[in-house]
Amino acid sequence: MSAAQAQGNQERFPDLHPALDSQSALAEANRCLFCFDAPCTAACPTHIDVPRFIKKIATGNMRGSAMTILDANILGLSCSRVCPVDVLCEGSCVLLKYNKKPIEIGRLQRYAMEWFYGADRSLTVAARNAASVACVGGGPASMGCAAELRRRGAAVTVFDNRELPGGLNTYGVAEYKLRAGDAQREVDLLRSMGVEFRRAEVGSDVSLEDIERDFDFVFLGIGLGAMERMAIPGEDLAGVIDALRFIERYKTLPDFNVSGRVVVIGGGNTAIDAANAARRLGANEVHLFYRRTEREMPAFSFEYDHSKVEGVQFHWLAQPAEVLGRDGHVAGVRFAEMQPGAPDASGRRAVMPTGSKFDFACEMVIPALGQSRLTELLGARGIESKAGTIVVDRPGRTSNPKYYAGGDCVNGGREVVDAVADGKRAAVAIVQEAARG
Amino acid sequence: MADLSSNCAGIRSPNPFWLASGPPTNCGEQVMRAFDAGWGGAVWKTIGEPIVNVSSRYSSVDWNGQRMMGLNNIELITDRPIETNMREIAEVKKRYPKHAVVASLMVESTREAWHEIVKRAEDAGADGLELNFGCPHGMSERGMGSAVGQVPEYSCMITEWVKEAARTPVLVKLTPNITDIRAVARAAKRGGADGLSAINTINSITGIDLDTLEPRPNVGGSSSHGGYCGPAVKPIALHLVEQIASDPDVGLPISGIGGVGTWRDAAEFILLGSNTVQVCTAAMHYGYRIVEDMIDGLSNWMDEKGFRTLDDFRGLTLPKIMDWKHLDLNYKIVARIHEDKCIRCDLCYIACWDGAHQCIHLSGHEKPAEVEAASRERIAVTPIPKLDNGAATVRERSVPKVDESECVGCNLCWLVCPVPGCITMEQVDNGLPPQSWAQRTGQ
Repeated sequence: MSAAQAQGNQERFPDLHPALDSQSALAEANRCLFCFDAPCTAACPTHIDVPRFIKKIATGNMRGSAMTILDANILGLSCSRVCPVDVLCEGSCVLLKYNKKPIEIGRLQRYAMEWFYGADRSLTVAARNAASVACVGGGPASMGCAAELRRRGAAVTVFDNRELPGGLNTYGVAEYKLRAGDAQREVDLLRSMGVEFRRAEVGSDVSLEDIERDFDFVFLGIGLGAMERMAIPGEDLAGVIDALRFIERYKTLPDFNVSGRVVVIGGGNTAIDAANAARRLGANEVHLFYRRTEREMPAFSFEYDHSKVEGVQFHWLAQPAEVLGRDGHVAGVRFAEMQPGAPDASGRRAVMPTGSKFDFACEMVIPALGQSRLTELLGARGIESKAGTIVVDRPGRTSNPKYYAGGDCVNGGREVVDAVADGKRAAVAIVQEAARG
Repeated sequence: MADLSSNCAGIRSPNPFWLASGPPTNCGEQVMRAFDAGWGGAVWKTIGEPIVNVSSRYSSVDWNGQRMMGLNNIELITDRPIETNMREIAEVKKRYPKHAVVASLMVESTREAWHEIVKRAEDAGADGLELNFGCPHGMSERGMGSAVGQVPEYSCMITEWVKEAARTPVLVKLTPNITDIRAVARAAKRGGADGLSAINTINSITGIDLDTLEPRPNVGGSSSHGGYCGPAVKPIALHLVEQIASDPDVGLPISGIGGVGTWRDAAEFILLGSNTVQVCTAAMHYGYRIVEDMIDGLSNWMDEKGFRTLDDFRGLTLPKIMDWKHLDLNYKIVARIHEDKCIRCDLCYIACWDGAHQCIHLSGHEKPAEVEAASRERIAVTPIPKLDNGAATVRERSVPKVDESECVGCNLCWLVCPVPGCITMEQVDNGLPPQSWAQRTGQ
C-alpha cells in the first residue's frame, strides 16, 4: 500500500468512532458504575473484565488497564474497533435500563489499547515447557489461540497463505473501523511473544500430514472460503467483483476508485460494508438489493442505519437473475421481483418470485452472498464436519484428538471476538492435554 | 414569599448568605460586585499587618472526575495595607448601607494592637467584627490564628480586650483543629463574644504528585500543611456547629461555615442553629453568581414548608440529635429492593456481602467469587440472527433479594444503589415498645 493510498483512505474513511482524548476518557470512565459480576463482562465472548479495565483508566493505571484487556483478549485493539458493541458489552450495560447512555466501552478499550501500543508493548510469556502447535490460518482465531499458547509455554507456528497475516482483520474489515496497519500491530505483538508466522498454503505448499508430523497439535482457524457465487448468467463479466475482494482491493491497492452506479447484492454486514465503501470511493449512486425485506435483513440494525446515512439506497424483494453486459462489461442487472411467502421452520419468511422481472442499469456489481465453506481437506484427516462447519466440543476439540478448531470455520461466521474466544479456549485445552501427555 | 432577612448577633443583612473571609472578599471592588450579585453580607479578608504570600497557594482533592471536592490553601491574611482595606470598607458601606460588612481581624496578641485595629475597623464603618482565631497555617506559627483558638484562656483574654474597645457585635471564629470545640466556644462566651463563626479550615495535606513525589500545593518542590474546606468538610462543620449550638454553656448566635455551596447546605446549617452561613470555596469555584440559586432555592423551600422567616426553622433539628444511648434500640427497618426499578448492577449484593451482613442474595446463596466464576464459565457469543434462528443469547440476571430475617437495616445497600427509589428502607413492626440503651441499662 502506498503512502498516498494510505493517506487517501485516511481521508475517505475517517474513524467511524473517533478516539477519546484523555479528558473525555476519564469522564466516561468515571461514569461506569463498576457493577458486580457485570453484564458487559458476561456478554463479551472473551469475558474481558470491563469494569476493572475502566476503573483502572479512572485511576490512571493505564498499564493495568491494558493488561486486563489483553489477558482476556489478545486482539483487544481490533476488537475495540470492530466489535458490534451494541449487541455485546454496550448493549448489556445496565445504564440502558436507567434511560441513560451506556458506557462507551468500545472507545474506552481503544483508549487503553492505543496507550499500550504507544508504550513499550511488552507482554510476558511462559518459558517453553509445553507442546508445539501449528495454527492453520492467520486470522483472529489462530491469533487468539497462538497468544494463549505462548502465554502457557507452548511453541506456536502460524501458517497463513496471504502476504500479510491477520486474516479478515487485515483484508476484510471496513477501513473506517480497522486499518490493515492496526491489524499488523497485533501481528507484531504476537511475533514479539515468540509466535512464528510462516506463509504457506496448506494443502499445496505444505500438507496437513507434514504438519501433523512436525507438531504435537494442530489448531484449525481456517475461516470460511471465497464468497458464494450467484450462479447466474453474466457473473464473470468485467465489473463484477465480490464484496470481500472489493474490500481487500480498496484496502490494499493504490488509487482504487469507483464511479457511476453500483449495485450491491445481499443483506448482510459485508454487503453493507461494501456498499458504504463504494459510496466513499466515489460511486455516484449505490443501490443495495436484498431478496427478502428489511425485517429479515441479517445485517445489524446499527449497520443498516449507518448505511442509510452514508447514502446507500435499499431495494427489497429483488433477486438477481442475470448480469447484463455490453462489450464484455457490466451494463446492468436483471432482477426477479419477489414476494413474501409462508414462514419457514425457523420462523423466517421465505420469498418466491412473482414472475415479473426488471432491469437496473449499473457499472459495477458487488455480490455479497456469504462465504462458502472450506472443509474439503479435513475429511481425510478424520475431522468431522457438518453443513460445512467443523464439529467441535466445548473447548474446541475436533473428532481427531490431534486437531482443535475455532472461529468462522466452526461457528459459521460470527465476529472477531468470537474467533478469539474460540482460539483461547482451544489453547487452554491443548496445554492441559499436553500436560496429561 | 419567604422573608430571608437575617440577624446574627445584631449584624443585619438582607439574606443569610455571607461571603466568608477569604480571597472572594479581598477588596472593595470584589465585595461590591458580590453585593450586586445578591450576597447579603461579606466578611472581609482578614485585616492585620500585611504579610507576604507564597506561590502557589491552593490545592484540591478531586473525586471521580469532579473537581474540588475539597480545597486547601496556604494563603495568609491580607497582603494589603490596613489603611487601604479600611478606606475600601468605608466606601462599600457608603454605597451598600443595608448589606453586612464584617471586618475579620488578626493582630499580634497585645491589648494595644487589638484595641487599635478594632477602633480602625469600626471607624471605617464595619457592621461587626470577626476575630480570626482559626487560621491554621502560617499565622499560627507567629502566635496568631489557631495558636490563639486552640487555647481557651488566650481566646477568652483576647475577646475581652476586643470587647473593651468594640461598639459593634463581635463574632469569634473557631478552629476545628481542637479536641473539643465547646471549650473554646465557652471561653469566647466568657470573654464577652456576641456570636460565633464556625468552622475555620481544617489542617490538611491534600496530596502528593506521584511523578515528582512533591506535595501540593507546590512551592518550589515543598509545601506546608494548609486549611481544608469545600464540600468535603461540610459533615464535620455540621457536627461542630451542632455541638456549640446545643451546648447550654454557650448559647450564642452562630454564623455557620464549612462546605456551604447551595441553599440545601444553608438550610441544614440553619436547622442546626445557625443564624447566617458563610461561603467561600463554592464562590471561588463558580463565582459570585451561585448566590442567585441559594436565595431562590431557600425561598422556594421555605414557601413549600410554610416557613415565613429564618427563625421559623432555625434549630428545629437540634432536639433530634442526641447521645447514642438515647436512640431506640427497638426501632427496626429492613431493605426492600423494588424489582421494577432495579437495573441489575448488583452493587447492593457485593456491598452487603463485603461491607455489611451478607443478607442480599442473587439466585441462591452463592458467595461473590462463586457468582463470578459461574459467569466466566458461561460461553457467550455474538448474537447473529441468521445463525441463531432468533434464539436469545443474552442471560437475564435475577434481581437481588433481601433476606429480611438477616437484614440489620444498616442502609448500606440503599446508599450504594445508583437508582433513586429502587431500594427503600422500610420500618417493620417487631411489636416491641421503644427502648434506649440508657433505659435498658437503667442509666
